[in-house]
Amino acid sequence: MTARQITNPISEETLLELKAGDRVLLSGTIYTARDAAHKRMFEALQNGEQLPFDIAGQTIYYVGPTPAKPNQVIGSAGPTTSGRMDKYTPALLDKGLKGMVGKGYRSPEVIESMKKNKAVYFAAIGGSGALIARSIKSMEVIAYADLGPEAIHKLTVQNFPAVVIIDSEGNDWYQIGKQQFQEEGPV
Amino acid sequence: MQVRTIQYKEIVDQVASMCQEANFELGQDVVAAFQSALKTETSATGKDILEQLILNADIAKSERVPMCQDTGVSVFIVEVGQDCHIQGGSVYDAINEGVKKGYEEGYLRHSIVDHPITREKSKGYNTPSIIHIEMIPGDELVIHMSAKGGGSENMSALKMLKPSDGLEGIKSFILDTVAKAGPNACPPLVVGVGIGGNFERCAYLAKKSLFRHIGHRSELPEIAALENELMEKINQLGIGPQGMGGNTTALDVKIEIEPCHIAALPVAVNLNCHASRHKELRI
Ligand code: SF4
Repeated sequence: MTARQITNPISEETLLELKAGDRVLLSGTIYTARDAAHKRMFEALQNGEQLPFDIAGQTIYYVGPTPAKPNQVIGSAGPTTSGRMDKYTPALLDKGLKGMVGKGYRSPEVIESMKKNKAVYFAAIGGSGALIARSIKSMEVIAYADLGPEAIHKLTVQNFPAVVIIDSEGNDWYQIGKQQFQEEGPV
Repeated sequence: MQVRTIQYKEIVDQVASMCQEANFELGQDVVAAFQSALKTETSATGKDILEQLILNADIAKSERVPMCQDTGVSVFIVEVGQDCHIQGGSVYDAINEGVKKGYEEGYLRHSIVDHPITREKSKGYNTPSIIHIEMIPGDELVIHMSAKGGGSENMSALKMLKPSDGLEGIKSFILDTVAKAGPNACPPLVVGVGIGGNFERCAYLAKKSLFRHIGHRSELPEIAALENELMEKINQLGIGPQGMGGNTTALDVKIEIEPCHIAALPVAVNLNCHASRHKELRI
């Protein structure tokens, strides 16, 4: 199975075509945010304030890179555990967020909200931050600069490797993939 | 009796460089384990992931960049010879200063908060470290270092079993911990298990077991057999590389045991992701 090329922001048509288990290469614009930025965006929405950027149709990458060396765009930049963002995610999906890239399980609430809002969850390979950094071509802080490495950055990526884990219908590749290789036997 | 003197500064410098090496260069034992898994993995996605992990380790080594952005908490087991004297400051300070220097100068990530509740970031770059000291005979100082990632640490577990739960109880707790961790701990994993001791001792044993090389078996025949059996059972869970399905869920299982109270059966499972970064240094 070859990987499918995807342009970000992802068109609605493509979003609906993506199926759990598909290998993809992401190119275009994505945004970074992890724990602290999510907490702030969530609180902004609760206070009836605007988000610092228009997330409608966009993709967020859960990453906290290492500091870039003088000649680098970004340091090592693999995904962090997505579950820590679960509490804040449905509110962002309701605002139009369409893609998320991270690693690990999502909560039932997030999956329900993804089905309702027709969004997709991708996983990148955890622990391959040196390799992933090669697909990141530019990086720019766009909000919450005071959070330092946890600020929201706009990234331009090219052929960023990922796998569709949860599709817009709620199919979960972590469950499907595991079942395919589970061997019966007394546990 | 002769007492050997070791200079504070020497520890600082050597620890700084070991922190960088640990993050840039994956141990040969881990790379060899990836390569052998590549031959037995039946999932296409699983194989693809293993190939990318090998490539990632190559890039990290040749470009001297961290293999993973979570450059971890630095955990040390330090064997201090009782006939060695450290001149110029405490061994704790020397190690922390070495970590700070190694992490800051090596462009490694600062991932420590000083306060677990307020989450205020620590002022010492990626310090304080976690340092366990063991006294040994002789005049050597042996420093074992691990850069331990948060993802796999968060999925680790400890349980005070009842003696009547027995071996079956121990096995099902270990399998259950690995199954629950799934993709979150970045499999393929190295599974470290501590059995016996008491509440804090079994956690320490589990951590300590992770410092053994991949492929190294316990010297106790019944424990070595248990390591092999669990390895097989874990790889039948189907979780696979990154939890995307496959038969490479663990690269190894390590077990350490210790005597315990007649009423107790403590078991701790400390998971390590595939970025199993360990270094050793003798001064
Ligand atoms: S669990 Fe390990 S490999 Fe995965 S992100 Fe954390 S440190 Fe890196």
